Formats: sequence, structure tokens, C-alpha cells
Amino acid sequence: MTGDLDQEARRPSDIELGRRAFRRRQSTRSVLVSVASTIVFAVVVWLTIINTPGWARVQSTFFDPEVFVSALPRVWDGFLLNLRVLVFAVIGTAVFGLLIATLRTLRGAVFFPLRALAAGYTDLFRGLPLIIVLYLVGYGIPGLRFTEERIPAEVLGTIALVLTYSAYVSEVFRAGIEAVHPSQRLAARSLGLGHYKTLRLIVMPQAIRKVTPALMNDFVAMQKDVGLISVLGAVDAVRGAQIEVAASFDYTPYVVAGVLFVLLALPLIRLTDWYSAKLRAREQMGSIV
Amino acid sequence: MSAVLRLEDVHKSFGRTEVLRGISLEVAAHEVVVLIGASGSGKSTLLRTINLLEPIDDGRVWLGDRDISDPRVRADAVRSRIGIVFQHYNLFPHLSVLDNVTLALRHVQGVDRAAAEQRGLELLERIGLASFARVFPDRLSGGQQQRTAIVRAIATNPELLLLDEITSALDPELVGDVLALVRELADEGTTIVMATHEMAFAREVADRIVFLDSGVILEQGSPSEVFGAPREPRTREFLARFL
Repeated sequence: MTGDLDQEARRPSDIELGRRAFRRRQSTRSVLVSVASTIVFAVVVWLTIINTPGWARVQSTFFDPEVFVSALPRVWDGFLLNLRVLVFAVIGTAVFGLLIATLRTLRGAVFFPLRALAAGYTDLFRGLPLIIVLYLVGYGIPGLRFTEERIPAEVLGTIALVLTYSAYVSEVFRAGIEAVHPSQRLAARSLGLGHYKTLRLIVMPQAIRKVTPALMNDFVAMQKDVGLISVLGAVDAVRGAQIEVAASFDYTPYVVAGVLFVLLALPLIRLTDWYSAKLRAREQMGSIV
Repeated sequence: MSAVLRLEDVHKSFGRTEVLRGISLEVAAHEVVVLIGASGSGKSTLLRTINLLEPIDDGRVWLGDRDISDPRVRADAVRSRIGIVFQHYNLFPHLSVLDNVTLALRHVQGVDRAAAEQRGLELLERIGLASFARVFPDRLSGGQQQRTAIVRAIATNPELLLLDEITSALDPELVGDVLALVRELADEGTTIVMATHEMAFAREVADRIVFLDSGVILEQGSPSEVFGAPREPRTREFLARFL
């Protein structure tokens, strides 16, 4: 603290001023070099692509501005469904994943069936491709005839997403629980807290903080997989684009859907990076390597 | 007067290593008992078995007139009657200093938040850290963290306070404040069992010194007896290293 104040008041020596000027020149130089190399690289890539023999046709079937504008409303409507599914799937996965992770930490012989069930679940659903889970849930659950009415495809799709992603997310939670130092649990138990209160008040809050970047990354992966619910017939962005493609024989609507998904992912990706960097900075406090 | 704590022939092994080989010890109310001995002599294990953090292999442990080594006893209830402070403070990094201190009051004893925080602030006031109540423990120095850990352990007024080498991880200039707090607690009549390597402090504050060697109590007595005229050659050899 006082060191900072001293530096403020003191005029740096000539050697230090020389060093600072040198560092400024270095950083100006590296910015200029990176700008130049980026421009050269972009021009080379661009020239290569537009000089391929089929470029004109590809451009008109994938990047047609008129089709882009006309397809946007329908794809956007579908995209809103993806957003709704994503919100419910994220919440469902967080809750269900946490539940599975908690089941796996239970001690005691009575809980053996629950532990085994949770372990079997994570093994099974981490191995099963999402598309197969979608088909099994999408066509299997309605076949059971729980309800008289038809269950909407987006609900079935959400269930399939939650089932698959909870298996991954519960493993992330479990890694977090194991990463909390045993001495924390010891300290909590020594105060007279029981197993569940220790888990809820001491272990879980620290575990979730440790694994938040990894969790956010799983949710980034999920936000693009919500597009797969279209295989069950839900009219989402992908299915909306498909309909537009069938009408115009132009693939630009797929690009529209792709752009929307990327725009959705970008803030979440940036947020994940920012949060990971913040955590790292906090853990390394003051050191530069 | 009946003993607060009584150990009868306590045994404890980790795998094939026998760490405690028949410990019998009685601690009276308001007594300060200091365990000394080399690293690995069983001091920490002994403290942990008293708090039921380690199950014992044989013998009995009495807290007041209750046999707490009986497996039917609820360990959580016993632990809430005993405070323990560890070498590495073990404060909860995600809770504020005040929440650390009031955790057991609120979630074990069921005291409401306002009353718990009033008690917590009084305790922090006492160790001069009331202004740090709302910050996280990583803002505190090692000595401040350890003093916070001590008031966390005594917040629920336990019958017995266990201190496990609480100054071993501290820089020498921070040890004084922590020991001053322990001395205050001892003067107020807190029953304390502590393991330490601070011989000068042990001599000044202890009612009784217990020398542990390879899992047995080799010698015990008042500080002047054990430090002034140790009977056992092993004790003399151990103490010589501190002079």
C-alpha cells in the first residue's frame, strides 16, 4: 500500500524513464506488425476463395442478400423457440445435474441403490449420442401414452437435452465437490454441522465457484445442440430454415440460422472467458506468470 | 470436582502404524493442559479423537459424564460441545469473517441471525477485527485469520477448547497476538487442551504439561516439574532442542 504512494511522489530515475520509452516503442511496433499481418492474411484468403471456379454459384446459393432478408422472419420465429427450449434446458440440467452429483456423494449402505443408479446414469448418457436420445425420447415417451393429448415436440426435445447434458454437468459438479479441500469439510464437521449442512453451506458453494467456467462451457455447447430438436418436427430455427430452403431452392436460410446461433453464443463465450480470467487472476494474486 | 474430559487407555492406528498406544488422561474444569512432543508423537491425533474426527480403536473417552466413544452417540452433538482450532485456520473462504464466526450459532444451535450477529460482532470487537466483519478471510493476515478461527470455535461457548499447533504456520511476529488471546481465554477459566511447540508459552500458561512420545504419555506434571526437572531421559533430550 505505502509502496504505491512512494512511487507516486517520487520522480522515476532516468534509467527507468528510458525503459518505459523502450517498452512504449516496442508495443507500438507490435500493434503495427499485427495489423499488417492480419490484413495480408485476410486478403490472401479472400483472393483464394473468390478465384475458385465455383465461387459465383456458391455465393448466389449460400449468401444471397435478398433470400437472407426474406427468410429472416420465419427463421427468427423458429429461433425464439430455440431460446425458450434453451432456457428450460439450462435450468433443468443445472437442477438435475446437481441432484445426480449429490446422490453420488451419499455415504452409507442404505443409499447404495441410489449411488449405483446415478453412476449408471452418467455412464449411459455420456455414451449415447444426443440424436439417438432425441429419437428414443421423442418417439418412445409418447408411445407410453401417459397423457391423452399429444406432448409437443419441443417439450420432448427439452427432456432429451436435459437427460444428455445432466450426465456431463453432474460429472463437472462432482469434480468440483472433490476439489474442495478436505480440511474445509473437517472444519465444518468440527463445528457440529451434519453431512447435509456441510454439503449445502460449505462444500457446494465452493465447488460451484470452482467449476463455473467448465459449466458455462457445457452450456455453450448446449445452446447449439438445441437446434437438433428440429429432428422431432419442432419448428425451430433449423426447421424454419429448411422450409425456406424448400421454397426457394437457395441455402442462404441455413446461413441465417447459423448467424443467429453464433450471435447467441458470442456473449456467453465472452462471459465464460471473462469469468475464467477473473478467477485465475484472483487465484494468482499479484504474480504475472 | 468431576473431570470435563477423561480418556481411558485410548488406542488408535492408521493402517499398521499405531499412533496412540494407550493414552489415559483427565482434564479438570478450568484446567489448561499443554501437550508437547516431537512431530508424529500423536498430539494431533489425540486432539482429533477427542473431537470424534477420528474414530478410536480401543479405550473410552468421557466428556463430562457421557461416554462419547460409544458409537450410538451422535457425533455432531458432541462436536458442538467442543471447539477446535487447526494449524491452518481452515476459515471458510466463501463466507465473510462474520459469517464464519456465526455459522455454528445459526446453523447448529438455531440462534436467529440478529442475535448471532450481535454475539459475532462482540467477539470480533474483542479481537479488534470488528471492522473486518463484512470482508472475506483472504483479506486478513495469518494472525488475524487464526484469531478469527479461535473466536469461531468459542462462539457457541463450548465446554472444552482444543488447539492443534495453532501458531506453527504463522510468521514469528504474528504469534504474539494469537497467544495473547489464548492466555486471555485461559485466565477467564476456559478449559483448554493444546498441542504446541511454544515452550515459553506452555511454561507460562499451562497448569499441566503432558509429554507425548511415540503414542504414550511418558511424563506429566506442572511446568516447573517437567521443564525444571524432567525425570525421563527422552524428555530431557526433547527439551534440550528448544534451549
